[in-house]
Amino acid sequence: MTFKPQKYLLLPLALFMALGQGVASAQTLRIGLAEDPDVLDPTLARSFVGRVVFASLCDKLFDIDEKLNILPQLASSYEWSADSKALTLKIRQGVTFHDGEKLDAAAVKFNIERHKNLPGSNRRGELAPVTTVDVIDANTVRLNLSAPFAPLLAQLTDRAGMMVSPKAAQAAGDKFGSNPVCSGPFKFAERVAQDRIVLEKFANYWNKDAIHFDKVIYTPIPDATVRLANLKSGQLDFIERMASNDVENLMKDKKYKVSRITEIGYQGITINVGKSEQAKKNPLGRDAKVREAFELSLDRQGLAQVVMDNEALIGNQWVAPTNTYYAKNVPMPKRDIEKAKALLKEAGVVKPSFTLMTTTASDAQRLAVVIQAMTRDAGFDVKIQTTEFATSLNMADKGDFEAYVLAWSGRPDPDGNMFSFHGCKQPLNYAGYCSAETDALLNQSRAERDPVKRKKIMEQISAQVLKDRPVIYLYHRNWLWAYNGKLAGVRNIPDGLLRVTGLKMAP
Amino acid sequence: MSQSLSYTAWLRLRRRPSALIGLAVVIGFILLAILAPYISPQDPIATSWGAIRKAPSAAHWFGTDEIGRDVLSRVIWGTQASLMAGVISVSISLLIGVPIGLLAGFVGGTVDAIISRITDAFLACPFLILAIALAAFLGPSLTNAMVAIGISAAPIFVRLTRGQVIQIKVEDFVEAARSVGNPPWRIALVHILPNILPPLLVQATLAIAAAVIAEASLSFLGLGQQPPAPSWGSMLNTAKNFIEQAPWMAIWPGLSIFLLVLSFNLFGDGLRDALDPRQR
Amino acid sequence: MTSYLVKRLLSVLPTLLLVSMLIFGLQQLLPGDPAKILAGEEQDPNVVAYLTAKLHLDEPLPVRYGYWIAGVVQGDLGESVRTQLPVLSLILQKLPVTAELAFLAMCVAVLIGIPAGIASAVGRGTVWDYAANVFALWGLSTPNFWLGILMIMLFSVHLGWLPASGFVSPTEDLLGNLASMAMPAFVLGNAIAAVLMRHTRSAMLQVMQSDYVRTARAKGLDERTVILKHALRNALTPIITLGALEFGTLLSGAVLTEQVFTIPGFGKLILDAVFNRDYAVVQGVVLFTATTYIMLNLMADMAYFWVNPRLRR
Repeated sequence: MTFKPQKYLLLPLALFMALGQGVASAQTLRIGLAEDPDVLDPTLARSFVGRVVFASLCDKLFDIDEKLNILPQLASSYEWSADSKALTLKIRQGVTFHDGEKLDAAAVKFNIERHKNLPGSNRRGELAPVTTVDVIDANTVRLNLSAPFAPLLAQLTDRAGMMVSPKAAQAAGDKFGSNPVCSGPFKFAERVAQDRIVLEKFANYWNKDAIHFDKVIYTPIPDATVRLANLKSGQLDFIERMASNDVENLMKDKKYKVSRITEIGYQGITINVGKSEQAKKNPLGRDAKVREAFELSLDRQGLAQVVMDNEALIGNQWVAPTNTYYAKNVPMPKRDIEKAKALLKEAGVVKPSFTLMTTTASDAQRLAVVIQAMTRDAGFDVKIQTTEFATSLNMADKGDFEAYVLAWSGRPDPDGNMFSFHGCKQPLNYAGYCSAETDALLNQSRAERDPVKRKKIMEQISAQVLKDRPVIYLYHRNWLWAYNGKLAGVRNIPDGLLRVTGLKMAP
Repeated sequence: MSQSLSYTAWLRLRRRPSALIGLAVVIGFILLAILAPYISPQDPIATSWGAIRKAPSAAHWFGTDEIGRDVLSRVIWGTQASLMAGVISVSISLLIGVPIGLLAGFVGGTVDAIISRITDAFLACPFLILAIALAAFLGPSLTNAMVAIGISAAPIFVRLTRGQVIQIKVEDFVEAARSVGNPPWRIALVHILPNILPPLLVQATLAIAAAVIAEASLSFLGLGQQPPAPSWGSMLNTAKNFIEQAPWMAIWPGLSIFLLVLSFNLFGDGLRDALDPRQR
Repeated sequence: MTSYLVKRLLSVLPTLLLVSMLIFGLQQLLPGDPAKILAGEEQDPNVVAYLTAKLHLDEPLPVRYGYWIAGVVQGDLGESVRTQLPVLSLILQKLPVTAELAFLAMCVAVLIGIPAGIASAVGRGTVWDYAANVFALWGLSTPNFWLGILMIMLFSVHLGWLPASGFVSPTEDLLGNLASMAMPAFVLGNAIAAVLMRHTRSAMLQVMQSDYVRTARAKGLDERTVILKHALRNALTPIITLGALEFGTLLSGAVLTEQVFTIPGFGKLILDAVFNRDYAVVQGVVLFTATTYIMLNLMADMAYFWVNPRLRR
């Protein structure tokens, strides 16, 4: 072994650091995030990454498991009324907020009303059918609905079901986010924007036996390479959203574990079929046959391979083929260049040309370039236009685009992946798709609580929407987590959020 | 007078090997950019699903990138983008900055005061932020990045030109020109401008170096040359994600930026020495 | 002298006003509706309407500028719409970080640049000149984000000597703090080293031909004393003023270096705010750093004036 004098010089330095880290790591869980969270108020929160922090900070009425089943958390049980217009919840006994206030039916009522009424609340749409909340007794609350709403329970497994301390919320008003007081396993200690969010163990947590850490520190590190470097250098115990090309090498290293969880969202291409005048000006937006030809010229498996290093499950709908609500009556087509060319001939366009808008994110750009090359075989001339995210959102909103590479983080209930996108004039309907029959079916699926009947309605919706192809669904990416091999109890839940309950670091 | 200055300058330049090497390398890159269509071994945007991230080999001297394109070809073609980014941005800066600086320095008074305050305001804002805001406004593309960098760097030339003009305009030969009855515009363009060219030239050379890096920075942030067209900066942006698996994707464009910028810097420094009347 | 000082101080205010208009205007140029961008994933129309009203986006440009400037004058720089944290507290949180990084980078620059400049001037035309040139210039020639990533790969991942990113407060852990700042300070300092080298070199060359140094040599002093004690001291003035200006630039935040090393300073703050269209943050921070830069500029000019009596007249 060659003599390395520098190492001896830095040895005391390394020792200092190792000591400092060694003492802390037994009790502190250090998590690397892909972005800096936005406001830490469940009513106002608007980002995915904020939910990662909420998973430790704020308990919710319900949670989901690996199979997307509803589990009790703050609510111990639920019961729908016969006409499905009222949901009665039994609240878990003996739960307190971080400030010592009791979490009872009155607190739940306060929170639901706050979600609905606070100016700037992002939960209003999610709880739209909830009209009033009744306190039946100290631990029973009833949500009254204007119409049956099947996705309600799923909404209550996310921020709409998070409960904050009424006392703290009233005192702070809309500044609550700078010092949130919830009832989760960890309470808020400190936040330095873009640097760290520090949470400390809540001694009176109702499930405290399952919590084995004293502190959780979230550090935003936007660059995936640097985030991974932090894990490998020992500064972090867990990172989310690892880059797909890093998986292979990391899995060879026994010191680390990798979780690969198929998301509940998707990656797709949204096509302007009616959002603006531009839809009629290009063959892709004008003619469903051209869109069909476009889909047939894509090799989904090839895309997943080249763009995501196979860390994705290919699909053609807004839910994955493994999802209960996947419509088997609309199967995934295989690449068929001949058929694509024939369709184009029928449509009367031999060399259709259009612009594919993408953001500067590396995988979106890669996807665009690969699609450009793939579809050339059928005669498509795809031009790529890259814009930064904010600008692309603006253009999508105005309908100033022809096709747009867009992904969605997904919601546990399939309604969250389709209503806002395919309903006429809904906020995320960038395609401008509008059909009265689809709207009627979408509303029916919201009102139908029986899963078997609901599935039938969804099959109809899928058949209806997918034949028009306002969105071409490509694949469902894997959430890629990398963490210290000594960390045990990691639950691979498809929403991509790490739960701290049950996590333990082996010595 | 200017003729003998440039001859003396050339003699002095010849005695500084570092400057000559810099010049030679720059010329080499310029040739590379011009001859790219002829000497590039492959099509820089031709993808190949089977040859993703392949290490350097006989078929691909610099290896391939994340979608199978030949890195060597992309580096060669990328020379065009980087050189253009450098030269055109600085040309824009000169075209905007020199006339304004000339005006401010020559006319003086309130005009100078207003121009100086505006220039100071621009210079007080972080350069990269100005460039990013302008590039985002204009839309991500190589052309817009060049315009954004050019506009953001113009205040530097305003200040430099103004300073030089103020120094020169009190010289005897300018006094002489004035007393002979030359109109102000003629004095400014014919008498003053040629004499302030040397420091402007030096600064321009050094600015080209900085502009190449600025374009790489903007591309790194997604605001420069757009895919699939190659530019060293955007190649580095993609390469950073694959640095463990495919380091060659980053080494060659990084090295190219380094060599080109270093050469401009060496040449610019040599030029400054050669044109400096204070040195023997 | 006093009249010059007064004149310069008076010019600061209009410049700052122009800076405020410039940065405000630039933000408005950015495409997109900030209310929609800040409304997050779900794009709930209620939230968009709420944010539009909160940011006064319906009102004409001069009115919006007026709202902002009125707040600034009263010490209220607004708040980040994304995180709801007040801009002033964000600035105060990040100022020590950026200041420390700037200071350390200057140390690196001085340690590399000044000796390189001296070596280049003294050994003019020899291999020392050439070597010092290249040594100092290589930092200016490499994109700093690029150098940063390479260093992280080498020193953090492969060798494990230094932390890959992040910032540790010096009050918490001084050694950890220095370890986390070592690479970014080096990357930043490198580029400035070249500028310092150039100025040191030309200042030294000038001084070495002056009568002052000729006298020192005639007195029989050895070359080392002549260079270090006499020549350098006189050459230092322009170097110091330049150093002050570079320090001022560093205080504006090293945008890309901070991004790569995830140092929570001004640079990263501004960059993220630009992309998130968080106007108040960009405007507030740039106004703050511009003020600092202008003040440093002023002080550098004062120092130059004071040291150089000829200009006092």
